[in-house]
Amino acid sequence: MITLNHYLLLSAILFCIGLYGALSKRNAVAILICIELMLNAVNINLVAFTKFLTPEVLTGQIFAIFVIVVAACEVAVGLAIVIAIYRDRSSVVVENLDWLKW
Amino acid sequence: MIESIGLNYIWLVPLAPLVAFILITFLFKRFKMLSALTAIFSMVISFWLSLDIVKTILTDHSITMNSPLEKAVPWLNMNGLFIEMGALIDPLTAGMLFVVTFISLLVMVYSVGYMHGDPGFSRFFSYLALFVFSMLGLVIANNYFQMFVFWELVGLSSYLLIGFYFYKDSAAQANKKAFITNRVADFGFMIGIIILYLYFGTFNFAELAKGISSSSDLAFLTLAGILVFIGPIGKSGQFPLHVWLPDAMEGPTPVSALIHAATMVAAGVYLLARGFILFASSTTAMTVVAYLGGWTALFAATIAITQRDFKRILAFSTLSQLGYMVMAIGVGSLTAGMFHLTTHAFFKALMFLCAGSVIHALHKQDIFEMGGVFKEMKITGTCMVIGGLAIAGIPPFAGFWSKDEILLVAKENGYTLLYVLAAVTAFLTAFYMFRLIFLAFFGEKRSDYHAHESPWTMTVPLMILAVFSIFGGFIGAPFVEHGFASYVYFGEPHHPKPDIMLMGSSTLIALAGIFLAWLVYIKKAISAEKIANQFAPIYKFLYNKWYIDELYQWFFDKIVLGLSALLNWCDRYIVDGIAHSIAWMTRTIGAKGRYVHTGSLQTYGLVIFAAVVVIVLFLAGPVVGGVQ
Repeated sequence: MITLNHYLLLSAILFCIGLYGALSKRNAVAILICIELMLNAVNINLVAFTKFLTPEVLTGQIFAIFVIVVAACEVAVGLAIVIAIYRDRSSVVVENLDWLKW
Repeated sequence: MIESIGLNYIWLVPLAPLVAFILITFLFKRFKMLSALTAIFSMVISFWLSLDIVKTILTDHSITMNSPLEKAVPWLNMNGLFIEMGALIDPLTAGMLFVVTFISLLVMVYSVGYMHGDPGFSRFFSYLALFVFSMLGLVIANNYFQMFVFWELVGLSSYLLIGFYFYKDSAAQANKKAFITNRVADFGFMIGIIILYLYFGTFNFAELAKGISSSSDLAFLTLAGILVFIGPIGKSGQFPLHVWLPDAMEGPTPVSALIHAATMVAAGVYLLARGFILFASSTTAMTVVAYLGGWTALFAATIAITQRDFKRILAFSTLSQLGYMVMAIGVGSLTAGMFHLTTHAFFKALMFLCAGSVIHALHKQDIFEMGGVFKEMKITGTCMVIGGLAIAGIPPFAGFWSKDEILLVAKENGYTLLYVLAAVTAFLTAFYMFRLIFLAFFGEKRSDYHAHESPWTMTVPLMILAVFSIFGGFIGAPFVEHGFASYVYFGEPHHPKPDIMLMGSSTLIALAGIFLAWLVYIKKAISAEKIANQFAPIYKFLYNKWYIDELYQWFFDKIVLGLSALLNWCDRYIVDGIAHSIAWMTRTIGAKGRYVHTGSLQTYGLVIFAAVVVIVLFLAGPVVGGVQ
């Protein structure tokens, strides 16, 4: 029997993997993928809570669809930025992108 | 309306010298004689108009102290502040106008001779004209504000004239001293008139008089009276702000005669007379005025007996006589104070002009280097003796009548101590004046000099003033009907009964003073040196003017500069220290804090996440621990 806890555990594992990747990957595209992973971990959470706690209303599912839409937009913008950076510097290694330093 | 040219054109009285000043300064500076003539001509106009005013007041009895004629134009009208420029004409103004224009005219004529050949000849006359303008503006003022403005202007002209020989260091020091001392006093005066304005809402003398007579706030009136009195303390050289007047003798001698003896220094006394109702409303203020005046009279006389410089002796004598006038006002007699002011103006101007004549001829000022000048300068010498007799109070000379009246009112109003002070001062006055005369004009020559009588431009003013010093006192002598007292008074005219005893005793006192001077300096029956040596500490104390200057110097050096050094230290190390340490803190935090900004996106992300974890743990703490 798969319970809510199993879903939450899966979601937590996914989130941690995503977070680890986002903080440690050197390639900007990989970081974007990792962020997608974290968003999807959240989506699992939302759907799982709805399924187990309030199955009669579909709040979680609808919310998950919103998140997917936002994620799609975000990826579009993010990839555009990555491409712009690549054109400028011929590199997408984030370690070298320290322009925020004063 | 009274028809009188003087009254109709009163605005011309101060304006004529102003025009002369402007013309000389901007146009005639290079033409010496033209400058002098312009100034003298302007004085003739002012003098003639003043004479006409005096004549009108004497013949037409509609203008009295209680019903003055006032003419004014609004000068400044701002929200809640209304200031007039105007003229207040009563016998007091008229008398003062006469004295100022008369002495000024004579001094200007005298200066033509005295300043002959001086490179600053035109400048001298332009300053004199500026001074006369300011002084006349002060005299006719119908409100305190106008008076204050002109009060400052006479201070300025006095500054310019004391420092006339500005290339001499002593003159530059002296005019600075005069200006600063007067500023100190003027500040008190200014606060006085400001609080009067705040309380009564007007500067006008007549309106203020109305307000004061219906006010019963005695504490306020005392405060205002004493504050206003600080002005005369400075300008009329009362103790303890007298220090500038002896040093003011650095100016040319005609200036000393006009400004620092006859007119400007009398402005303080005039102010006391003009604002008399304010002082009269408070017994405390009057007592302060009376005793300060009496003390100054004695104090300055004690210094005068030891001085060696011709002009300085006269300067201390001026201080002493001003003390008399202030005391007269203080004991409640405006009449006696103003009467003495008038006669003093004649004989003191006379003596200063004599001093100028002697200095002009000898180029010496130390009386111990003179001696026997009388033989060579008969006119000057005679005039000086007349002046001396007048100031000593020998009847029938001018000083006798006025000084006697002061003694009389002091005695009549029950100020016995002041009466004694004044009598002692009278003795000292006779002594130091004749010490000066005997040493300078009689006896044997004590140094090599070539004297000659001065030109007529100098001797004629001397003779005119000598005549006034002899007969000037009759205007207020007790046996004269409708004399000075029936015109210049406060409230009701008051004719003190002549006191034969008092007259006799004061004449005796004066004669005793002269006799003592004769014994010491002509007969040499008593040796001055021996007495000086015997009482060396007292002699030195008096010779050094009671060490007042040194006291001020000490006060400035030790207290003021010490305090400044302390405050400087506080500013440098405490105030600046706080500001500097705040700046240092900011800089250091910035320098250390910049290492946090790596610029690496992922580091920032890690920090944000760690912070979220910490916050969540913190918020969830109670739930996880089961505490709820």
